[in-house]
Amino acid sequence: MSNTLFDKIWDSHVVERIDNGPNVFLIDKHFIHEVTSPQAFDELKRKKIKVFDPKKIVATVDHNVPTLNQHLEIKDELSRNQVEKLKLNCIENNIELYDLGNPNQGIVHVIGPELGITQPGMTIVCGDSHTSTHGAFGAIAFGIGTSQVAQVLASQCLLLNKPKKMRINVKGVLNKNVTPKDVILYIISKLGTNGGTGFFVEYAGDVFEKMSMEGRMTVCNMSIEMGARGGIIAPDDVTYKYLEGKDFSPKEDEFKSKVSIWKKLKSDENAIFDSEFTFNANDIFPMLTYGTNPGMGIKYNDRIPKHSNSSDLNALKYMGFKSGESLIGKKINYVFIGSCTNSRIEDFRSVANYIVNKRKANNVNALIVPGSQNVLNQIIDEGLHDIFEQSGFKIRQPGCSACLGMNEDKIPPGELCISTSNRNFEGRQGPGSRTILSSPIMAAAAAIHGKITDINE
Amino acid sequence: MSKIRIINSTAVPLPIENIDTDQIIPARFLKATSKLNFGENLFRDWRFSSNGKKNKDFVLNNNIFSGNILIVGSNFGCGSSREHAAWAIKDYGFDVVISSFFADIFKMNALNNNILPIQVSEKLLNNIFNLIYKNPSQKFKIDLPNQNIKINEKLIDFDVDNYKKMCLINGYDDIDYLISKKDLIKNFINN
Ligand code: SF4
Repeated sequence: MSNTLFDKIWDSHVVERIDNGPNVFLIDKHFIHEVTSPQAFDELKRKKIKVFDPKKIVATVDHNVPTLNQHLEIKDELSRNQVEKLKLNCIENNIELYDLGNPNQGIVHVIGPELGITQPGMTIVCGDSHTSTHGAFGAIAFGIGTSQVAQVLASQCLLLNKPKKMRINVKGVLNKNVTPKDVILYIISKLGTNGGTGFFVEYAGDVFEKMSMEGRMTVCNMSIEMGARGGIIAPDDVTYKYLEGKDFSPKEDEFKSKVSIWKKLKSDENAIFDSEFTFNANDIFPMLTYGTNPGMGIKYNDRIPKHSNSSDLNALKYMGFKSGESLIGKKINYVFIGSCTNSRIEDFRSVANYIVNKRKANNVNALIVPGSQNVLNQIIDEGLHDIFEQSGFKIRQPGCSACLGMNEDKIPPGELCISTSNRNFEGRQGPGSRTILSSPIMAAAAAIHGKITDINE
Repeated sequence: MSKIRIINSTAVPLPIENIDTDQIIPARFLKATSKLNFGENLFRDWRFSSNGKKNKDFVLNNNIFSGNILIVGSNFGCGSSREHAAWAIKDYGFDVVISSFFADIFKMNALNNNILPIQVSEKLLNNIFNLIYKNPSQKFKIDLPNQNIKINEKLIDFDVDNYKKMCLINGYDDIDYLISKKDLIKNFINN
């Protein structure tokens, strides 16, 4: 046998192979949210098709929701409409919805895993590119467009060509203050934003084996930023331990029998990948981005490299940076710690650990946005809440928040924000806003000092 | 769905690489619940300055360039999976996008909305840009059934997935095919 983990899951979900065409591919779990689903439900209505299996769908609200006063009516009319529309569609079609106020509400890629809905061996889709996050559990998970959301609602299947397979190995021991976010930013800086296009990536090697589930999710989350459809990590004891006892995980004997099936989910020793890269953990340091795509990343104290291509020069111009400059010392007024990349409990623990007994700089507006109600409750239970407040950080309610400037949380034009999210695109965090991507600790350090700081000093 | 067969048109050049979906349509315009009128906000933050004034330098505001073919730099459509990007392009009036490289999800979304993404070599892409800048009324004839572009009597072949080509030419949707397979799918799940 010489199958990859990806092959094993993919092949077992092919319902039909169309000659000279795509596969009819079965989807086990479908997450939906308010932004990319309304037009899909409309299409079903127009075609008079019923939802194929509502029990395979889980809905939540995240992109558009305010992060203050969630118990009040949403002020913005368009956002409110979208949320209301989702509610209506879920009621009409018998779909479970974790609405505002529900203890399970949160960013779709945070709640699926933490509730145990995401499990090894599954095929998972959502109308959102960061669905790749769920691959951390050894699932094939990827983002789809709204037409495809309609297809899955209607048939529980998609028509897809099988992607090529890539393996990325990171071996060795990580340096001080290097987090999973730095590992993935490093990989993207090496492969570029289209290095993974057409591929599904398996992450392997002892760095990932030693990583927590939260860290694996951060890595898989950003697979899409190098163009890959998704990332996947073979399930192991870390995975099973994380899943045991979660609300939707199988219970007792059923759990045990599932684990024995999940144990087969790994790439065979002589499995063949279409492409393979190996990196050394030693070479990875805390990372920062300096441009307007996630591939424009450097080691925190390196100088911005020379660029000649006009698109890259425009990116530098937009950011107000020059080749040869260092980012250390750049004044920061906005700090955003949140998003489906870094809004899990482990992220907030590392931030609290760094800022305890320190105070944020006066010029800084520091936002802490948990990924879910459950994470928020954990923050309170563990006493992190008090640390954040004493340090002058603002804690908000769960949602995508300033990750994409669709709700009320936006970074003002021209302002520089250090952000734990996944995209530094022009205007992503609000028109004219400028984003530096980093790990939660780098962001926390910038909040304390009011500028980009060398955390290893 | 409408059909695509042969398109003979001038083209609009936008030689920028890595144009992401937040540039194609910023997130704040995704609050609609229908597919209509997204074209109004296509490339919004490049087309209009923050005070709502048209940015004269941007190509869509320049009357010299027109047509239903959009020519863009490499890695077009990277970023989010939002189909709104494809809806905005189609609604604005583009039926074909030509680049040297497309992001995966964008390509799929384009095909699902009757936009033909054509991938050409970096060299040809540069030639096309030069031709348009030299002569904005330069025409391009795209023949989907025969999979070629005609530029000044020269024919250049392009690749397209067989199945998707059939869908575009006949105006078929994936959803119709999948629904016709419902029983097969049910059997598969139950076994
Ligand atoms: S947190 Fe950001 S990247 Fe993640 S789902 Fe929300 S908007 Fe998308």
